[in-house]
Amino acid sequence: MSLDAPNRALDARSPSGPLDSRWTRHLEQVSLVSPANKRKRTVIVVGTGLAGGAAAATLAELGYNVLSFCIQDSPRRAHSVAAQGGINAAKNYQNDGDSVWRLFYDTIKGGDFRSRESNVHRLAELSANIIDQCVAQGVPFAREYGGTLANRSFGGAQVSRTFYARGQTGQQLLLGCYGSLMRQVDAGRVKLMAHREMLDLVVVDGKARGIVCRDLVTGQIERYAGDAVVLATGGYSTVFYLSTNAVNSNATAVLRCFKRGAFFANPSFTQIHPTCIPQAGDYQSKLTLMSESLRNDGRVWVPARPGDKRPPHEIPEAERDYYLERIYPSFGNLVPRDIASRQALYMAQEGKGVGATGYATYLDFAEAIARQGENVIRDRYGNLFSMYEEITGDDPYHAPMRIYPAPHYTMGGLWVDYNLMSTIPGLHVLGEANFSDHGANRLGASALMQGLADGYFVIPNTIGHYLANVRLDPVSTDHPAFAAAEAEVSGRLAKLLGTNGKRTVRDFHWALGRIMWEKVGMSRGASGLETAIREIQALRAEFWENVKVTGSTGNFNKDLEMAGRVADYLELGELMARDALERRESCGGHFREEYQTPEGEAVRDDAGFTHVAAWEHLGDTVAPARHQEALDFEFVTPSTRSYK
Amino acid sequence: MSTMSFSLRIWRQDGPNLPGALQRYTVHGVTDDMSILELLDRLNEDLIAQGQDPVAFDSDCREGICGTCGLVINGVAHGPKSQCTTCELRMREFRGGRTVDGLLEITVEPWRAGPFPIIKDLVVDRTAFDRIIAAGGYVTVNAGSAGEANDLKIAKPDADAAMDAASCIGCAACVAACPNASASLFTAAKIAQFTHLPQGAPERARRALRMVEQMDAEGFGDCSNHGECEAVCPKGISISNIAVMRREFAKALLGGG
Ligand SMILES: Cc1cc2nc3c(=O)[nH]c(=O)nc-3n(C[C@H](O)[C@H](O)[C@H](O)COP(=O)(O)OP(=O)(O)OC[C@H]3O[C@@H](n4cnc5c(N)ncnc54)[C@H](O)[C@@H]3O)c2cc1C
Ligand code: FES
Repeated sequence: MSLDAPNRALDARSPSGPLDSRWTRHLEQVSLVSPANKRKRTVIVVGTGLAGGAAAATLAELGYNVLSFCIQDSPRRAHSVAAQGGINAAKNYQNDGDSVWRLFYDTIKGGDFRSRESNVHRLAELSANIIDQCVAQGVPFAREYGGTLANRSFGGAQVSRTFYARGQTGQQLLLGCYGSLMRQVDAGRVKLMAHREMLDLVVVDGKARGIVCRDLVTGQIERYAGDAVVLATGGYSTVFYLSTNAVNSNATAVLRCFKRGAFFANPSFTQIHPTCIPQAGDYQSKLTLMSESLRNDGRVWVPARPGDKRPPHEIPEAERDYYLERIYPSFGNLVPRDIASRQALYMAQEGKGVGATGYATYLDFAEAIARQGENVIRDRYGNLFSMYEEITGDDPYHAPMRIYPAPHYTMGGLWVDYNLMSTIPGLHVLGEANFSDHGANRLGASALMQGLADGYFVIPNTIGHYLANVRLDPVSTDHPAFAAAEAEVSGRLAKLLGTNGKRTVRDFHWALGRIMWEKVGMSRGASGLETAIREIQALRAEFWENVKVTGSTGNFNKDLEMAGRVADYLELGELMARDALERRESCGGHFREEYQTPEGEAVRDDAGFTHVAAWEHLGDTVAPARHQEALDFEFVTPSTRSYK
Repeated sequence: MSTMSFSLRIWRQDGPNLPGALQRYTVHGVTDDMSILELLDRLNEDLIAQGQDPVAFDSDCREGICGTCGLVINGVAHGPKSQCTTCELRMREFRGGRTVDGLLEITVEPWRAGPFPIIKDLVVDRTAFDRIIAAGGYVTVNAGSAGEANDLKIAKPDADAAMDAASCIGCAACVAACPNASASLFTAAKIAQFTHLPQGAPERARRALRMVEQMDAEGFGDCSNHGECEAVCPKGISISNIAVMRREFAKALLGGG
C-alpha cells in the first residue's frame, strides 16, 4: 500500500528561464519592504549557528527588529563552531577549471540527483560572495606565502575549491558571524535570548507568529511574538544517540513545527561520515569526527586477508588493500562520503576490519609524511592529530589512525520553497534544519556554504517578499494561541517529571540509537525498517510510562531538557524509518539493500522516485501523509554516479 | 588494562547566592579512554536511578572547540593536562594519582570569579564575555558590501598570527586561573587578532578603548602578569597578546590609532 496522499500541490516557487539568471531575476522581482516599515517588523530567529547567526545579524543590518535565540549560554558556541575542514566556493583561484557550473554540477551529482536545480545553482553562485564577506570580517583563512587565499580538496570534486582556517574553519566562520551579531546587539537591533530552548511554534490565522520557550537557567516558560519566524536549529543526527554532533544538538524545534503543520522533507536522508574515531565503549557520549580533509593526504586501507590481526606496521605493502583506490581509481580516497562509508562497512563485514572491535579501517599518513615532511602535515592537520591522540592515546604521526563511519549530518529537514519558507506561511527554515540543497548526500564543505548563503544572502532578500505581501494583524502574547501552546508545553514538562518510572532518559536514547543505527543506518532493508517502526513505537509507549526524570521545572535541569528532546527523537525516528521504507530505491546516503548492483553500488529508480517526499503530520494516532514534489531536471541529465 | 575507582569531591550549590559545599561520591569501573565528563555522566545515571539530583554541569561539542565545558579539577582550570579542555581530558591522566582509602581522589569545582555567578553546581554565567565582544570585537562590515577577497593580500605570517589569537574558544579558564580574576587574555586575544590584519583598522582605537572599558565595567580584575592564564589556556593563547592590548589601549587613549 502506498501512503501517498492525494496530490496536495507543493509549490516550490522555483523560478523558470535560464538557470544562471534565475536568482538575479528573482531578486529583481521580489517585493521590497521600505526602511520605515522594516523598523516596525519583528523577526524571531531561532538558532545562532552559521545560518541563524548570519540571518539575525543581516536582518538587523537591514533594519528589522530581531529576537535571537539559542540553547547555549552564548551564540558563539552553536554547533557550527565544531566544523573542521572547510567551506567550498567556486572562486577558481587555483585555475584548475572550477566554475559556478562545476560546483553546481558536483553538488547535484553528489546529492545523487535528488535536489532542485534552481536551489543548488543559487548556492553555487552565492559561494564566492561568502568568501568575500568572511574575509572582510577578518576571518583568518589559510593563505599562501604570496598573501592569497589557500585551498584544499574535498570528496566528490576533482578541483581544489575548499577554503579553510586550519582545522577550525567552522569556529572561525562562526566567530566572524558572531561578531556581526554582537555588533547588532550593541546597536540595539538584536535582542539576544541565550540559554533558551524553543519548545513550540505559535500559529495564528494560519501564520507563524511566535514561539514558546523555556529559559534554561530559571526554568520559566516564556512567550515571544513576531511577524515572522526563522528557524535555523541545525540537524538531527543525535537521533542516533552516538553521532559527531554536539550533545545539545536536537530535533525539538523542527519536530514541534512539523506537528504544527510544517511538512518534513526526506527525513530518512542522513549522512554517515566515513572518518570518525571508532566507538571504544558503552560509556561513550559522542563520536569524534576526523575531518574529510584528511583524505587529501591520508590513504585508507585494511589488511588484504580477512582476520589478519597483525599490527599495521607488520603488514607489508603487498598484503594491504587500499580498497578505495582499488575500487575507484579516478577519485580514490576522495570518493563522496556515502560511498566511502559503505565500503568501510563492507570491509568490516568481510572480516577485514581492524582494531579491538573489528569495526575500523586505517587512515594512514606514512606516505604523505615521507613525501612532504612531518612539518607540512602538522601545519595542515596539527589540531586534528592532537585531538586524535588526546582521545585514543595513539600518535597518528607514527601509526595509522583507526577510523569508522558515524552519523554526522541530516540532508532531510523541514520542507521549504525557493524563498526558504515552509508550508506554514511566515515560518522560514535555514541551514541544516531545512532539506533544500543536498539531495540524498551532502558533499564535504558544503554545509557551511549553505548555512551562510541562506543566512547572509537568501533570507534577507526573500523574507521581505513575504512581509510585503501578507496581511498581519497585530498579535500579542496574550492571544489564545499563545496560551494554548504554553499550556501544552507546560503539560508535557509536568508529565515528564510526573511519570517517575524506572528507566533513565539516557537509557531510552541509547536504546533508540541502537535501533536507528542497526536498521535505519548505512544499510536499510524493508523488513528491518518494518521492525524498527514497531520497536520505536513500543519504546515510545514505554517512555511515557516508565521514564525517570529528576528535579523540577523551575531551575537549570539538564535531565529535563534531555527528556523533552528524547521524547521528540522517539517520534522523529519513526518518521525516518517510514520515509526510508517508502523510498524503494537506493540513492546517496539512503541505501536500500533490495536495490543494488552485484558490486554493491546504489541503484536509483528515477521513474518512481525523482521527487522529494514531504510528510504531513495528521495527528498523534494516525500515520502521517506522504506528499511528493516532483524534481525536474532541465539542465543536467541524472546519470549513474560513477567515481571509478 | 584494569579499571579504576574514584572518590570524587564535587561542588554542589543549588543556585546563585545559596551556600554550597563539596560532597563526596564514588564511581567504579572507570576505563582509560573515558573522558571526565563521561565519568560525570556515569555518576549522574547512578544518582538519577537513586532518585537524587544529578550534578549540574554544562558541555556541548565535547571535542574542545565550543568552550562550553570548564571545571576546576584538583585546583587547576581544565585539569592536569596542558592545552586540553575538560571535555577532552581522559581518565588515563589520573592513573597513579593521589588516593584516599584505596580510591583515586579528584576534586571538581566550578570557575570561581566575581563576574561569573554560579547558576547551579558546576555551571556559571559567563555572559560578561559576550558583552565584551559586543563592545567592539568585530569588523564593521554589512553583508553584501565586501570586495573581492583576493584583492586583499595578507602575508602568511600575519594570517597565521591572527589565527593564533583567533583560536580562543571563550571558555574563561583564563579568568578562573587568574588570582585577580582578570579577563585580559580573552579580551587581548580578540584585540590582537585584528592588529595582525588590515581589516577593521579604521576602528582599531575605538575597539581597544571600548573593549577594555567593558572588561573593567564587568568587574574583572587587573592583570599583574602572573601568567596563570596562559598556563591553563587549552588553545595555548600567548600572554604576549596582553602586551599588544596594553599598547593598543595606550595609543587609543593618546588619541592615536
Ligand atoms: C564535527 C563536525 C564537523 C563538520 N565539518 C564541516 C565542514 O568542514 N564543512 C562543512 O561544510 N560542514 C561541516 N559540518 C556540518 C556543519 O557544521 C553543519 O551542518 C552546520 O554548521 C549547521 O549549521 P546551522 O547553522 O544550520 O546549525 P547549528 O550550527 O547546528 O546551530 C543550531 C542553532 O540552533 C540552536 N537551537 C537548536 N534547537 C533549538 C531550540 N529548540 N531552541 C533554541 N535554539 C535552538 C542552537 O542553540 C544553535 O544555536 C560539520 C559538522 C560536524 C558535526
Ligand atoms: S564541551 Fe565544547 S569545549 Fe568542551
